[in-house]
Amino acid sequence: MRKDLILHLGALAILLFLELFGVFSDYHQGNFARILVLAAYGIGYNVLFGYTGLLSLGHALFFSAGLYASGLSIYHLDYNVGQSLILAICFSAFFSLLIGYLALRTVGVSFMIVTLMFSQVGYLCILYFGGITRGDEGIVIQQSSRVFLSLDLSDPTIRYYSALIIFSLCLIFNLWIAKSSFGRVLIAIRENSDRALMLGYNVHLYKLLAVIISGTISGLAGACYGILFGYVGASFAAVPYSIFPLLWVLIGGAGTVLGPLVGAIFMFYLIDYASDITDAYMIIVGITLLIVTLYARRGLLGELRYRYFKWIP
Amino acid sequence: MDLGPYLLFASLEGLVHAAVLSLIALGLSLVFGVMRIVNVAHGEFFMLGAILAWWISSFALGNAALGFLLALLIAPLIAGVIAMFSDWLILKHLKYDPEATIIATIGILYIIQQAALMTFGPDARPVEQPFNIRLDLYWFGFSAYKFFVIFASIILLLSVWLVMAKTKFGLLLRATQLDSETAQAFGIPISTVYSLVFGAGAAIAAVGAVLIVPIQQAHYLMGGEPLLLAFIVVIIGGLGSLRGTVAAAVLIGMSDGIISVFFSPTLAKILATLLVVFVLLIRPNGLFGTAKA
Repeated sequence: MRKDLILHLGALAILLFLELFGVFSDYHQGNFARILVLAAYGIGYNVLFGYTGLLSLGHALFFSAGLYASGLSIYHLDYNVGQSLILAICFSAFFSLLIGYLALRTVGVSFMIVTLMFSQVGYLCILYFGGITRGDEGIVIQQSSRVFLSLDLSDPTIRYYSALIIFSLCLIFNLWIAKSSFGRVLIAIRENSDRALMLGYNVHLYKLLAVIISGTISGLAGACYGILFGYVGASFAAVPYSIFPLLWVLIGGAGTVLGPLVGAIFMFYLIDYASDITDAYMIIVGITLLIVTLYARRGLLGELRYRYFKWIP
Repeated sequence: MDLGPYLLFASLEGLVHAAVLSLIALGLSLVFGVMRIVNVAHGEFFMLGAILAWWISSFALGNAALGFLLALLIAPLIAGVIAMFSDWLILKHLKYDPEATIIATIGILYIIQQAALMTFGPDARPVEQPFNIRLDLYWFGFSAYKFFVIFASIILLLSVWLVMAKTKFGLLLRATQLDSETAQAFGIPISTVYSLVFGAGAAIAAVGAVLIVPIQQAHYLMGGEPLLLAFIVVIIGGLGSLRGTVAAAVLIGMSDGIISVFFSPTLAKILATLLVVFVLLIRPNGLFGTAKA
């Protein structure tokens, strides 16, 4: 078997065995279920940032597009989990097509600022239409609605397995992209988009596809987050939720399949620890961002790949 | 009251917004124009100006005018020095790489914001107006202080323009803006210029904050909204174009004020951002600018 398959399937197996052999306490089981869904969000972000080289500062828009599409359809329209997931996927795919089309008219720094602004508009819209979304207060999805194939998704163990399945799907999809010719073109665009254009690739179309894939995975993660943990609120659309995936990817290593997971585990526990000490725990995010940009530009897996394991995808 | 006076009132409120907004956007635009970097922490230097104004004026108990004057002198200075320090400590080492700088300034944003939360606390705090005169405008009374805000902003904008256009230092700035490598070859100390510009950008935003804080309260999260509006302004006005920045600030500030009075502040921000979408569709470089980011 190939080395990269062993590495990634091994990582998934570890996550499975940790649960099977009851290594987790209840507290860590809940945390890891959250981390896995958030890491799936990170994978979505990484497709655009790590592989295509487009730095978005507004992915909270896609995350919350999925979150609200599923949450609102369950809450207001009595959709079941399956229907709401399909709606969330369609909605976030459409949204990322729209935003991608508009934002890709700009490049570099402008792209970052424009995506940041779009996500602010999304956040403001959620507050503005407070009658439907209940704004900052948010919506609690009842336990009775969170049932899929007659499994109660609010049960901690089922929730962990569900999160692991979502994460595994995203991870395998990401691995496939990284190895496919499509992914190679994305990497070529990241490394030198002018050259990719000269070689005859439709760079704009590939970038747009990358935004759509990235946005849809983010939206799926958002929808799952709402369904598994039963809460949909405006805070998930605010700036920090655009910055978190960037941070996870940077810490774990941009353009590595496992990077977002490593980064998400690290940041989740760091913030968890810091919020016990102070209300101003977001200062940790600021400091980590500075340390990573100043001293560890490649991230953990990126550094390992650079030094020892050239084959890490 | 019928519509006319309402509209006048909203326009005056809008002008006050526009005046302060043009200062914030000017700082952002100046930094981008000369250094080619986007300072995402810009809104936090604005916030810093406001809470420093509260802190400084609390020393001049009983004399609001003195406290305000001290704040107007000292708060921008401190904000500027903090900005220069972060430039020296961080941005310089990133060699002003545009993407790394944005990520780093997000880091600075959270550090300043959360440090403010730790020291200043989560409450909004008012600063007393330096003078309390109401002008009777026949239909409604309007605080004379608000006219002072508009007036002071215009003075500051004009002086920045004068410095840029007429002084030796302005010449250095413009030379650096045009071509930093050639400027360096001609002996211009680029890193000093960058440091000063980054400090000046933050200080101008802080002046805006000191001016607005007697009207609006100081709060540790107050930097986010002006940052969004300043981005809108510099994109519509063209990044790095001073004239465009001021024109766009008046447009956005006025419409923001008017829509806020008649409908809701949230709707005003949504509409302003959608305006940006249209500008980007028609003119990717903004209405006035030719600079490519």
